[in-house]
Amino acid sequence: MTVTRLDERRTMRRLRAGRATTDTTDRGFVSESDWQRPGVRRTLRGVHLLLLGVLVVAGVGPMLLLAKFAVTPTQDIIRTPLAVFPHGIEWSNLSRAWNEVHIDRYFMNTVWIALGSWFVQLLVATTGGYVLSVLRPAWGRVVNGLVIATLFVPAVVLLVPLYLTILHPPVVGTSLINSFWAVWLPAGASAFNVVIVARFFDSLPRDVFEAARVDGAGPFRLFWSIVLPMSRPILGVVSVFAFIASWKDFLWPMLVLKDPARQPLSVRLPNIAAQTDLGVFLAALAISTLIPVVVFVLFQRLFLSGAGLGGAVKG
Amino acid sequence: MHVSTIGVSTTSALSGGATSPLGAASPALRPAGPPADGSSPAPPGPEHGGARRRRRDPVTWVRRGGLSTLVLALPMLVVFGVFSWWPIARAVVMSFQHTNLVKVPTWVGWDNFHYVLTDPDLGTAVRNTLWFAFLALLLGFPIPLVGAVLMSSVRRAKGLYSVLAYLPVVVPPVVSVLLWKFFYDGAATGVLNTILGWVGLGPYPWLSSSTMAMPSLVLEATWAAAGGTVIIYLAALLGVPGELYDAAEVDGAGIWRKVWHVTMPQLRGVLFITFILQIIGTAQVFLEPYLFTGGGPANSTLTILLMIYNYAFGRSLGGDYGAATALSVMLAVVLAVLSLVYFRLTSAWSKR
Repeated sequence: MTVTRLDERRTMRRLRAGRATTDTTDRGFVSESDWQRPGVRRTLRGVHLLLLGVLVVAGVGPMLLLAKFAVTPTQDIIRTPLAVFPHGIEWSNLSRAWNEVHIDRYFMNTVWIALGSWFVQLLVATTGGYVLSVLRPAWGRVVNGLVIATLFVPAVVLLVPLYLTILHPPVVGTSLINSFWAVWLPAGASAFNVVIVARFFDSLPRDVFEAARVDGAGPFRLFWSIVLPMSRPILGVVSVFAFIASWKDFLWPMLVLKDPARQPLSVRLPNIAAQTDLGVFLAALAISTLIPVVVFVLFQRLFLSGAGLGGAVKG
Repeated sequence: MHVSTIGVSTTSALSGGATSPLGAASPALRPAGPPADGSSPAPPGPEHGGARRRRRDPVTWVRRGGLSTLVLALPMLVVFGVFSWWPIARAVVMSFQHTNLVKVPTWVGWDNFHYVLTDPDLGTAVRNTLWFAFLALLLGFPIPLVGAVLMSSVRRAKGLYSVLAYLPVVVPPVVSVLLWKFFYDGAATGVLNTILGWVGLGPYPWLSSSTMAMPSLVLEATWAAAGGTVIIYLAALLGVPGELYDAAEVDGAGIWRKVWHVTMPQLRGVLFITFILQIIGTAQVFLEPYLFTGGGPANSTLTILLMIYNYAFGRSLGGDYGAATALSVMLAVVLAVLSLVYFRLTSAWSKR
């Protein structure tokens, strides 16, 4: 394994070095001497502070309000939405949302749907990327072209025929409506995932693959013991985006999961809005937001590099 | 030492065995010759003619890894085949058929297209979608650009700015729409009306007015999406070579001129891309009109996607899968043509 480890480290270092060099050549449009000038410095500092203020109010403000509403008595929310707890804090909003409105069940549905979608997306993207980038069979070019072609087809075209495919899937025979598979499997057909994973595999050093092959590693071994361990950064990016995208998805789960007991939060929340006490409902919204925000704060580096990567691939 | 790929994969798969520990032997020195144990009937040497002849033989195709390649490709082929390629092909076929899931689909030629094109709501939906796209560009194009350019000049705690800007993007869209729906409460005690009341404005009816409903939708949509664009621009700004700024300074350029004459031209490529992507995205807006207003008041937020949804799954209509696919295929074709023309034009500008 030492060879793998060494090469993995070398690749990592090269990736990091690549990023570092762009960082050093990049210096932005404000030079050191610009910063030395007091007028420029004061203006820039002021503008940056203003920007920070706008970002806090616009980006975090609604979230903070939501957090406040989640523990505010309903009457206060309706009469004085922006007053700071005029009649105390109502913790029971949260527990009532969790227990009485059964947010617990929809929450677990959401987690299951997200985990399954994550697994299918990762499986398809890594094996597919491996075949297209490393194994490169003769028919790989055609498949690669077909995968990329789907990037140019708007998702709306798929809506109805995909729904009918779920109603009458081939081979299986029985309808997949109300089964989590109806959400998990179509999630895997993400050309974007396959493309970014294949591009990352392209950047891995070929000589390591050759060495492993000469050493007797078959395609599965090469995949599992060499390619995957070397690809942790891209697997992280694909993972967080797959998880969050599934958590955010609405239209598709609404169409294929008709049984309320199987529905995720995003589908359930609009339906319970009318007959739920406002305070409890806003607490339910807050609970639904918590996990994605925590995942984002924990893995912010992956998110931000991945979002930039999205631009790079599209561009 | 250079070894041909064909020779290596054949011999290593036969002689080494998958159980030998990787890296234990010196890999590059092992000869790519015939297997030592002689258990294989494969001819020695990776001659070209031999390789071509063997390709047709299924047994050697399996030996050379054809089967394991196929097994590894299976998840991709099955998932894309069943849930992407087949439905796309089916969409085109279905748009020429009458399908109601009960009877066998019948071929109806251009009937679905005729039906959709003569639907009195189509004009409204197209106008509304264009209006949404226009407003979304008006807000969603300059704000992230200015924000990203300013953020790129931040020296300390740059990460904090990015995190704050991206935060709304990770909030589930359904939650942000429902939250903003509450913010848009038309009463004087509504959240936004309270805030605007502090400076003597309002109260505004927001979603219940047919003129204000669409701009309200766009405001929320921009809030939810701008962070993603900011991060894309920031990545592009990092890629602007520092030497260009050095050169501009040698020529005596100030900050404004550096931004205008160096940064902006360098961002041109990514700006072109985000522009067309935003148009393609806004042409397919569904969630906001569906959850905020359901297309109302008075069809003022009825969009093309909402029409497609109503044809296929709506409560009163519904089940008209032919019309739904016909409209979605038309939308896709329009977007494809638009992108083609756009890329033609912008590539001409880029060359100049």
